[in-house]
Amino acid sequence: MKPSIKIALIGNPNTGKSSLFNALTGLNQKIANFPGITVEKTVGEISIAKDFKGEIIDMPGTYSLFPKSKDEAIPYEVLTNPHHAHYPNMVIFVADACNLRRNLVLLTQLIDLKFPVILALNMIDQAKAQGIEIDIPYLENALGIPVVTTNARKKIGIDALKKKIEEGIGVSAESFLDATKPVIVPLEVLKSQLHLCNSYQALLNVYQDTLNNNKLVDKKKILAELREHYNFDSGTWQREDLLFRYKKVNAILQNTLNVQVGSAFKRTQERLDKVLGHPFWGYIIFFGILFVIFQAIFSWAEYPMHKIEDLISWLQGITRTNLPKGVLNELLAEGVLPGLGGVLVFVPQIAFLFGFIAVMEDTGYLARVAFLMDKMMRRFGLNGKSVIPLISGTACAVPAIMSARSIEHKKSRLITILVTPLMSCSARLPVYILLIGLVIPNQEVLGVMNLRGLTLMGMYLLGFLAAIGAGFIYKLVLNIKEKQYFILEMPVYRMPNWRNVGTTMFQKSRTFVTEAGKVIVAISVILWFLASFSMPGRFAAVDKKYQKISVEGNISLDSLKGKIKAEKLEKSFAGIIGKSIEPAIAPLGFDWKIGIAIITSFAAREVFVGTMATIYGLGSDKPDFNQLKNQMLKDRNPETGAKIYSFATVFSLMVFYAFALQCMSTVAVTYKETASWKWTLLQFASMAVLAWVASFLVNHGLS
Amino acid sequence: MEVAFENQIITLDTLKKGDAGVIEEITDPWASLKLIEMGCLPGGRFIIKMQAPFRDPIAIEIAGNLISIGRQEAKTIRVRKQIS
Repeated sequence: MKPSIKIALIGNPNTGKSSLFNALTGLNQKIANFPGITVEKTVGEISIAKDFKGEIIDMPGTYSLFPKSKDEAIPYEVLTNPHHAHYPNMVIFVADACNLRRNLVLLTQLIDLKFPVILALNMIDQAKAQGIEIDIPYLENALGIPVVTTNARKKIGIDALKKKIEEGIGVSAESFLDATKPVIVPLEVLKSQLHLCNSYQALLNVYQDTLNNNKLVDKKKILAELREHYNFDSGTWQREDLLFRYKKVNAILQNTLNVQVGSAFKRTQERLDKVLGHPFWGYIIFFGILFVIFQAIFSWAEYPMHKIEDLISWLQGITRTNLPKGVLNELLAEGVLPGLGGVLVFVPQIAFLFGFIAVMEDTGYLARVAFLMDKMMRRFGLNGKSVIPLISGTACAVPAIMSARSIEHKKSRLITILVTPLMSCSARLPVYILLIGLVIPNQEVLGVMNLRGLTLMGMYLLGFLAAIGAGFIYKLVLNIKEKQYFILEMPVYRMPNWRNVGTTMFQKSRTFVTEAGKVIVAISVILWFLASFSMPGRFAAVDKKYQKISVEGNISLDSLKGKIKAEKLEKSFAGIIGKSIEPAIAPLGFDWKIGIAIITSFAAREVFVGTMATIYGLGSDKPDFNQLKNQMLKDRNPETGAKIYSFATVFSLMVFYAFALQCMSTVAVTYKETASWKWTLLQFASMAVLAWVASFLVNHGLS
Repeated sequence: MEVAFENQIITLDTLKKGDAGVIEEITDPWASLKLIEMGCLPGGRFIIKMQAPFRDPIAIEIAGNLISIGRQEAKTIRVRKQIS
């Protein structure tokens, strides 16, 4: 059945809108992008009564209908354009009962737009605890709309809200700002010209000249001409609009609110800020929290990651033994399943990381982080909100780049996206561990630290320094003029809503699996093809050669399996490519074998380890790390006889993996988020150049 | 208790943590609109609750909300300091 009613959920930020949305819809929701812009919309289905369903859309929080960021533009666009696909029949306005004044200003705008509105007074329990009493009947009367008190976290008031929706509501008889009175522009003419519903809607269309996303060129032209003709200064009018509404709201609240100040609640809040926002201890605590998060991600996620790896190799085993031998069998076992495993193995880390971020956001701590970090980050072309994408980048750049959406400032957002892949993601970890194990002794330093561990830490530090260094350079060279403001609300501290945290973890993991998953699986299949096929006759020659060896030396073919596999890889398309790029990577100290691994790493960097195992003829499914290391260490240059994996080459290779953007999923997500090939290619090319130059210097400096 | 304010108008960035005052005017149009919709209006009384290193940003409590403001923005907010 098609939903018969469209409801928009609107409110200020931090009013518990998402909690109410979750309470109304359950997990019956999906996240999608508004066409053309990268702001997520969350649409859900709500069953109001038997046989009565509705579509409900969760709008980004906004303080007014005068948008200043990409997020805020969404409610503006939807509510001021009657032809918009999500133009609602009804609005649920979510207000923080502790903070009524500011909330009601936006509400009066909605009432003036003549929408049927229900006011959901959320967090009513906290208001009571803070000594705020609200005269609900008086409020209903003064606003001319129904009011329902809710506590969305505890799902109190949800049924009452649904009941009001079912009964149906009319348009308020009240009008706050007479749009036609103060304004010099002929609104009535505009109203019919643009097919708008009322004069305030027309006025809002005239106001907006900073963020014009109107796709209709005609409409844009009409409005621009109008502003020009009347010399219309939107900023002044918008300010007057707000101040007038504040006056009206103050008059209503005088009779509605009864506040007793100085509660214990407030004292606790202030104490928390004294510590968490302290100019010295605040930073210590923040870095302490970061440390705990990293520890948790890497130790807690290890167990489920191993389980996922086991599951994939179990499935590979089943496929190999149960399906008839042939191309389909190999495609599944060597192409699709490893690709799938390469995706799923990162899910635990991503889920944990976004769980932590959701907790920090839900408790109100994230705003304090932005407060503490903003100035520091700005020196590097970033801002306080870039902290989260950068931290997320240590798990995976794909969700990290997506989380840059909350950054309003265009240039900072772009720079954040460009530099995030330099942070050492978890796919680099197995590569680092293998390579460090080759040349760094397992030795204690200063009694507590391990030399290998220190080297690994150095690689993470290198990634971080490269990210902020690149940010600094981009800040200087990118010519985007846009004034950067720092005005941010610090919401009250709250206990996290575990349901919201769980929903976020689920949604982010799902987005990662669908977004990065598609690319990784597709690339895995392509790479499988390149590694398993070759020009006609070449594989047959290898088979023939080993058949001969087997017969002459009286060795079973089975024991030669590893060598056959290695030689076939050398002769395959992937091997041909690896050899053809050898001249380009030889100055870095890499041979064609490493070339093959660099090519296959484009699916995901950790594929390096598996490829090395195949190249060195370790035929089994689960190659032994130590065995692989021994094989790699034995390998020598056929001409000079020098070790391939010398100290210089290994470090050169690690630096290469630290800087090169060998991850097609990241390329795809950057393209999606910037909607521009220019920035996508710039990111890829600049990281490639950086990787090559840095590796070249390392290789020559160390050898 | 009656509260008094100094006659001299200064900018918000010159005040320190713990100082209180009243907002007279916000000169930057963008910041003005943003602050007004967050509940930070001319005539509103505030107290500086937090300050990051180099007093950039600071956080003021006004109308029951805690709002952090960068130094650049604070320079455009004209205030009168409360006489303590």
